[in-house]
Parts: sequence; structure tokens; C-alpha cells
Amino acid sequence: MTPDQMREPVIRVQGLEKSYKELHVLRGVDFDVARGSIFALLGSNGAGKTTVVNILSTLLGADAGTATVNGFDVATGAADVRQSISLTGQFAAVDEILTGRENLVLVARLRHLKDPGTVADGLLERFALTDASARKVATYSGGMRRRLDIAMSLIGSPPVIFLDEPTTGLDPQARLEVWQTVKQLAENGTTVLLTTQDLDEAEQLADRIAILHGGRIIVNGTLAELKALLPPARVEYVEKQPTLEDVFLAIVGNGE
Amino acid sequence: MTNHFLGDTAVLTGRSLRHIARSLDTIITTAIMPIGFMLLFVYVFGGAIKSGSGNYVNYLLPGILIITISSGISYTAYRLFLDKQSGIFERFQSMPIARSSVLWAHVLTSLVANLISLVVVVLVALLMGFRSGAGVLAWLAIAGILILFTLALTWLAVIPGLTAKTIDGASAFAYPLIFLPFVSSAFVPTATMPGPVRVFAENQPVTSIVNAIRALYTQQPVGSDIWIALGWCVGLLIVAYVFAIGTYHRRISG
Repeated sequence: MTPDQMREPVIRVQGLEKSYKELHVLRGVDFDVARGSIFALLGSNGAGKTTVVNILSTLLGADAGTATVNGFDVATGAADVRQSISLTGQFAAVDEILTGRENLVLVARLRHLKDPGTVADGLLERFALTDASARKVATYSGGMRRRLDIAMSLIGSPPVIFLDEPTTGLDPQARLEVWQTVKQLAENGTTVLLTTQDLDEAEQLADRIAILHGGRIIVNGTLAELKALLPPARVEYVEKQPTLEDVFLAIVGNGE
Repeated sequence: MTNHFLGDTAVLTGRSLRHIARSLDTIITTAIMPIGFMLLFVYVFGGAIKSGSGNYVNYLLPGILIITISSGISYTAYRLFLDKQSGIFERFQSMPIARSSVLWAHVLTSLVANLISLVVVVLVALLMGFRSGAGVLAWLAIAGILILFTLALTWLAVIPGLTAKTIDGASAFAYPLIFLPFVSSAFVPTATMPGPVRVFAENQPVTSIVNAIRALYTQQPVGSDIWIALGWCVGLLIVAYVFAIGTYHRRISG
């Protein structure tokens, strides 16, 4: 890869439009994502976040506009785009009847990797699923499923990963685990585009945050830039009450 | 990516076959209804039915085999629907694989599952007195017809599997197919049926398929029935395939 390509945004979305019958979900969405960064697409339910992700992962065609991923156009170079990405959908897309290990081996074989067993074992280890590897996924907890789901997305080390609401429905502990994983991914140079309706999540993880509202990106910037849009902070003295999350984590133990 | 078609199809077929191996009840429930019909018709109605030949099990077996396939393929729609609902379908579609291999894997799995169910049904029929002196070639021809019929109905089942909104909707389409053999030459000769029913019975696909299979294992001349049967199977297969692939492309490019 040339230095020029490194500087090019790895995801470039311009004027993206999509309607479902009368409903104009996307009315001209523009944004760029820099290589190796974590980009959060923030929006309420039905804002069209999943639609954007589905277009970028070649599951859905756009009505207008262009999108490129890793230098490939999603419309004309769909096969090359699929080679460059992994999608972790809104619901953990795992095979319940197979074991955790079989799920990983399945994806490794579909990605035409040399040694699927070794790849699977490595990921089981990394995601603390080794003990559960021989169990059917139907017996897994929500957090374990999500970890397996993300592990499946990492197979073949695609340069771009889409995470569609990765922590929806997870308990606080599992959510922290997912956050940890996402941070590690970005540290290793993977570009992560995640959607979320959780402001805290965007704040914790993202290098840049874009807010999708009314079919357009209405704000796009770093956390500091977004905060600067508000009136300057005033200093007030308020007793810090522990949040329920603090209590929960303190009681059940944060370390595990 | 089409150069991976065979490999990807093999991997995904292995996956669905594993599903079947872990839920053998789908094979058993597929075989139970036709076996039930066979018991009912042979031991309850059979004495009153004048089928013309001495051995009624020999007479009705082809119809029972058709019912077995018709109930078996509803599981293809069911499994496809579950894949779509769980999101794993989308995962496969977003991966660098030959996209049509996702469908072919389900179709090949259906073929294997139905062949197992058919063998189970034939074994029960043997216990009930089914006998045939037909040779290997005749049985190969019977297997060929049944495989073609299974493929045709399986591609048909792909359509509700892809489009259904509920799990019941995905499998309900098979019910009319299961009852088609009743209005055919499968259980009673069509000669006793009143005019319009008889016209329908004699000209619907099941009758020619049933007659061809029956003639093959009773070592009778198959006449034109086998060509009509093959025509129906191949025609249905092509139409179902074209519509299923069309539905699939609409779904993945939506």
C-alpha cells in the first residue's frame, strides 16, 4: 500500500440516499472514515444507521450517491468490498446448533484460510471462550454470543469492521468486554465503524462521532469538537452519587 | 468469486447436514406422516379398495414416497427462514464467498435428508409386505425420478423460505403438495372418480410419476408415463429454479 492510499479515507460516503417506498431514510449522507480509526454513527432508533451499514457491506443497494470501502466502490466492486470487510450485525449472527469452535471454523473455511482449526483455537483463547468451545452456542449467554460474533468477524483480519449496535442488549460487564475488544482492534490498525444509540458508548470509544438525524449527518467531529458546540461548561458543585452501573459493577466484581 | 463456488457450497452443505444430524427429529417427523398414511391405507381402508393388484402395499408405495418428499421439503423452507431470521444469512452475504452457494447448500441438504427419509419409508414398507423383483436399472430409474422431484420441490420451497414473514408461513406452503397424491392414482385407480375430478387426477404430475414408479418396480412396461413424469419433474424444476433465483437476487440487492 502506498503512503497516498494510507492517507486516503478508508470509507468515503457521498450523497448517499435510500428510500423504502414512501419513507426517505437517507437523504444525502456524507462522511469519511480515516484508516485505523473508530468512527461512531450515532442516532436514534430508525435514523437509518443500519441502512448505512447494510449499504457499505453490500447487502443493500443505494438509490443515489456513492460509497467506497478500502478503495472499492460498493456498487461496482462489491466482491472486493466483501473481501475487505466484516459485518457484525445488530443481532449476534451465530449458528446456534453448532458449537463455538465449529462456528469459527466455518467462517475460517469460508474465508479460505489455510488452517481453520488453529485460527479458531487462537480466537477462542483471545475471547475467553476456550472452556465453552465444545458447547452448542444455544447454551451461551448474551455476552458470550456477542464475543463469538465479534471473533467470527475478525477471521481473515479484514481491514474494515462494521459493528451495528454491538452492545445492545448486553449487561454492563459484557458491554465493557466488547468495548475493550473494539479498542484493541483499533490499536492493531483495523478501522471500526460502529453504530450506537448509546451516547456513553460513542464517547468511550470513538475517535470521531457523526450524528445521523433526519436522513443526514448533522454533526461530525471529535468529542472535543462536539462538546465545543455547546455553551462552555460552568463549574458547579454537585454531590457525586454512584450510578446504578457503579453499584452493579462494584457488587458483582469488575475484574472478571 | 465463482471459482470458490464448489468449495463454499461443500462447506455450507456440511454445516446444514450437521444441523440435521443434531436434530434427527426432522428426519423422523418427515417419515412419520407418510408411514402413518401407509398404515392407515393398508390396514384400515386397504381391504375395501379395489386396486386391481393383489398386494396393496405395492400399489400405494409410490404415492407414499411422494408424500414423504412433499413433507420433507418444508424443512428446507424452515431452515432457510431461520438462517434469514438469525442474521447468519446476512453474515454469509457480506463475506467474500460465492453467493449462490448459500442456496445450493440448502438444496443439497434437502436432497440428502429426503433420501434418508425415503429409505426409512421403504424399509417400513418392506416390513409391511412390499416386494419387488425389479433389477438395479429399474431402481436407478426410480431413484432418478425421486431425486428430480425432490430437487424441483426443494427449489419451490426456497421461495417461501426467502419471502415468508413468519415461521408458519415458511412451512405452510407444503400442505397442498402433501394432499396432491390423494387426488391422483396413488391410492385408488382414477377410473372410479367422477368426471372433473378424474380429469384433474389423470393430468396432474403426481399420477404420471406414481404410475411410472409403480410400473418400474412391478416390472411392467412404463409406456409414456415415464416421459410425462420426467417432463413434469424437469419442467417444474426449471420454473421453480428460475423463480427461486429471481427471488433471491431481489432479496440480496433490495
